Amino acid sequence: MRSLVSRRQFLKSTVFAAGTAVTGTGLANAATNANEEPLATLIDISRCIGCEECVYACKDANAPKFPKPEKPFPKMVPARVPVEDWSDQREVTDRLTPYNWLYIQYATGIKDGKEMTLTIPRRCMHCQNPPCVKLCPWGAAKQEPNGLSRIDSGICLGGSKCKNVCPWDIPQRQTGVGLYLDILPAFAGNGVMYKCDRCYQKLEKGEQPACIEACPEEVQVIGRRSKIIELAKERAKEMDGYLYGLEENGGTHTIYVSPVPFDQLTYDTGKGKPHLNPAKDTMADGSNLALALVIAPVAGAAAALGKFYKNMKEED
Amino acid sequence: MTDYFKGRRLIYGLILFFITLSGFAQMPIFARYYISDIPGLGWLAQFYVTHAMHYIMAAMLLALGAYVGIDAVLSRKLSVSRQNPVNKGRLTGMAWVKIVSLAGLVVTGSVLVVKNLSGVFVSHNVIISLDLLHLFSCMVLLGATLYSKIRKRAWIAL
Ligand code: HEM
Ligand code: SF4
Ligand code: SF4
Ligand code: SF4
Repeated sequence: MRSLVSRRQFLKSTVFAAGTAVTGTGLANAATNANEEPLATLIDISRCIGCEECVYACKDANAPKFPKPEKPFPKMVPARVPVEDWSDQREVTDRLTPYNWLYIQYATGIKDGKEMTLTIPRRCMHCQNPPCVKLCPWGAAKQEPNGLSRIDSGICLGGSKCKNVCPWDIPQRQTGVGLYLDILPAFAGNGVMYKCDRCYQKLEKGEQPACIEACPEEVQVIGRRSKIIELAKERAKEMDGYLYGLEENGGTHTIYVSPVPFDQLTYDTGKGKPHLNPAKDTMADGSNLALALVIAPVAGAAAALGKFYKNMKEED
Repeated sequence: MTDYFKGRRLIYGLILFFITLSGFAQMPIFARYYISDIPGLGWLAQFYVTHAMHYIMAAMLLALGAYVGIDAVLSRKLSVSRQNPVNKGRLTGMAWVKIVSLAGLVVTGSVLVVKNLSGVFVSHNVIISLDLLHLFSCMVLLGATLYSKIRKRAWIAL
């Protein structure tokens, strides 16, 4: 058994070095500058030991953002509207909740004839064209030029559409908080949706996200997406491994590298436990139909002109 | 009025109905209020279906708008259609309310479509303003349409 402590101390220095390398490429600058290439994170599953340091670091760093619901909750109409209350289960870490934006998923797979257990840090993928942001009917979710997406807890009404349209059902709802309480709490809204915001407040200061900083195994690396893809491909080559996140949902800002093919992993999925299946580009239809919106008025104009010329001929 | 515009009025009515339905379906309300439980209406709670439908209806609305607008201008240049009294008419006040609110919907809606393309970042406040303006224009249009129907106000007065 290897010594975790000495390994940790050793890694501290290398993480620091890696950290400065990344800040050197301008983490702080990237947090605000629209002209810079978005950031992505690499998650090397083969390195993760499942210690949950990242999970608790995330909880610590983001505790001030966690919901503080007021009870009793206002009655909601109709009766089918579900109350989702996690405020008495804040310590849950085996799935995503409004109080747990990152969790460790256990998976098993076969590598070189031997069964192996993998631990996979799971959180929002930060899609390149995030449906949670783009389809929010009233702009409560936003994407920043550095590629992160987040939900503004001051504006979100908790309708859960973002979760519904997310290929991984990432955002999690807490009832009894947010703007809906001030509008028509009985008839519209149901709280606020929460998910990983890639520690935007730390990125703005040029710091690394808490989960990356805390990891003793350097499982995650953050940097420009093209650089991260390069690194991910290198790692995949070294371990004869597989990538997830390059194409999923049209491409994400999170690239997983696994020694076992993702479709051969066995793991627990369900509520708050995202899958690792192929995910088609959810926004592709909208992007293609945008072209129809350009062609349509031209077609309409052409039809009117056609009619005009026909009538002109008849007049002659 | 003659039924000269019957075809286009029917098409406009259908587009308006489905664009409004699919527009409101962008908000998570049809599942909450059991409407998508009605057999045959389940698609109203499928956001990707109603999103695509809203886009298709918007394309049809733009095609119709371009056709009607250009046709109205060109028709006045023809002696054949000059004989059609409709082409001598003026747009009514209600027609202007509807045209302006439609223009508002088209402009805000188009920016929202661009915003939805990959790699386009629009600031939070702009998105919220556009969404609210879109919704506001929609309410004005529906109000004006309802008023015109009840009070029998036509688009064109002779
Ligand atoms: C060219 C015309 C139109 C385009 C391109 C368009 C586009 C859009 C888009 C992209 C959305 C999603 C909101 C988002 O992405 O943030 C939306 C929402 C919506 N649309 Fe439209 N739309 C058009 C016309 C209309 C019309 C004529 C109506 C109704 C009379 C309507 C009613 C709505 C409603 C109620 C919503 C949801 C609430 C909101 O976001 O404001 N739209 N529209
Ligand atoms: S993974 Fe889900 S919640 Fe995260 S950005 Fe993509 S759509 Fe949004
Ligand atoms: S980036 Fe920040 S918010 Fe996201 S999982 Fe890591 S620690 Fe949590
Ligand atoms: S801190 Fe690192 S090694 Fe530990 S569970 Fe998280 S990602 Fe895995």
